[in-house]
Amino acid sequence: MSEVSTGTGLHTEDMTLNVGPQHPSTHGVLRFVVKTDGEVINEAIPDVGYLHRSIEKIGEKCTWHGYVPYTDRADYLAAMFANQGFCMAAERLGNVEVPPRGEYCRVIACELNRVASHLIAVGTFGQDIGAITPFLHALRERESINDLMEEICGARLTYNYLRIGGVGYDIKPETCGRIAAFLDHFEPIVDEYNRLLSNNKIFIERLANVAVISKEDALQYNLVGPNLRASGVQWDIRRDIPYSVYPELDFEVPVGQGERGTQGDSYDRYYVRIRELLESCRILRQCLDKMPDGPALAKVARKFKPPAGETYVRIEAPRGDMGYYVVSDGSEYPYRVRIRTGSFTAMSIIDKISPGIMVADLIALIASLDVDAPEIDR
Amino acid sequence: MTAKEIYERVRELCPDGVGGFDEEVPEPFFKVEPARIQEVCKALRDDDALKFHVLSDLTAVDLPKENVIQVVYHLYSYDSRQQIVVKVDVDRDAARIATVEDVWKVANWFEREVFDLFGVLFEGHSDLRRILLPEDWVGYPLRKDFVEQEEYDGISTERAPLVPENLR
Repeated sequence: MSEVSTGTGLHTEDMTLNVGPQHPSTHGVLRFVVKTDGEVINEAIPDVGYLHRSIEKIGEKCTWHGYVPYTDRADYLAAMFANQGFCMAAERLGNVEVPPRGEYCRVIACELNRVASHLIAVGTFGQDIGAITPFLHALRERESINDLMEEICGARLTYNYLRIGGVGYDIKPETCGRIAAFLDHFEPIVDEYNRLLSNNKIFIERLANVAVISKEDALQYNLVGPNLRASGVQWDIRRDIPYSVYPELDFEVPVGQGERGTQGDSYDRYYVRIRELLESCRILRQCLDKMPDGPALAKVARKFKPPAGETYVRIEAPRGDMGYYVVSDGSEYPYRVRIRTGSFTAMSIIDKISPGIMVADLIALIASLDVDAPEIDR
Repeated sequence: MTAKEIYERVRELCPDGVGGFDEEVPEPFFKVEPARIQEVCKALRDDDALKFHVLSDLTAVDLPKENVIQVVYHLYSYDSRQQIVVKVDVDRDAARIATVEDVWKVANWFEREVFDLFGVLFEGHSDLRRILLPEDWVGYPLRKDFVEQEEYDGISTERAPLVPENLR
């Protein structure tokens, strides 16, 4: 322990503090070793790997179709996106064309999932800061989405809904009606969150100007998704490297504007997510209107053997650019599956941002990055 | 700028050690000698025509038949909306390559992960420790010839069969 002079004759000592792995704010199992001088952090070293389930290795042992349920577990708060990344990679390798209705079903399921995931992000954000009520409000709405998901695919968390070549089950017209009814109910609720949380003075004081991430740092550490956009880079895979049916849809890409303080502070990262909730609703409405008739699943061989080759697929998951690097050697099993996730790179920036902030602000920083332990460790 | 033009620009900037360009695949790539990777990556990031400010992904693929581990860099440029893939073949028995941590900070964690799962040593890395696996883990699981230990910390890694053998 090093001694630090306070200049008043008193002397203080650096303190080493263990945060986690079982800490409510770590959203999973995640540990930090924090060196502090009183309340101020000198260094925070993340320690990850508690949730490592070797999903990449399992991919080498499963058939192409058989691996889809495992991808769910890569990020269980946004399982649909993990499905989609892998299915798109397999389709690209095997030259499979997804029927238009299948693509629309995918986008509807994914955007519902994005709303659910962002609700968790926003809700737990409040909880980490000390406001329990917004968490309950957010989970109440998420419950409705879970019901809709159950209706679509039979599962509430790890969906296994997408197949290589489309989706497992078509979305029925009555379900479409219920999704529309949910949107009518949900859109005004976002305003309720704003009144409850976003405009709350204590909440703003806790987040504005805290843990600012500059544009340069965001690029150096390859932040993706809402975290990157909060730092002022207008970049969204859905718009900029379009896939699926996103080019046919009209939506905005919200960027952090220094709403209540500096651009790229914790509040911006929070508020970008609130605005994305509404954009997702907009996408959902358009999808429900435009959905064509036809089959939802292409004919794909049971023994799917894509020709040898490799591909790198990017999709916009709730935690940003999710990359699937898949190598095929022409056999029934993938040769290598690599999942590159947004939380992993978001965690690596904590080392850089944390010196000089308060211990309580570290919690705000973790919450604002919306890291998800299973996605870091895979 | 096509992948071919990117490749030619890189060859202009770093004439040595760049070779093996393939544009017949969906994601065109070129190969780089292990000793030259830092130099090539700096050129890719700093050159005004290239501007690859982002390292999207850094991973590896084990190819035991060729006796190499292929380290794969996926680079992206937000300015020109271009992707390029850089591959480096390192010897499987003495897997060593220079770190690119000074070029892109995010490489720090990516390289730790590749070290952890493939056993590739990144020379000059500031903090090369295992990241996902425990520190006392033996072996590198994503290598194709990895054999799981029979037990870890006194706990068997084999699961007892659900139905005992004499009842099957």
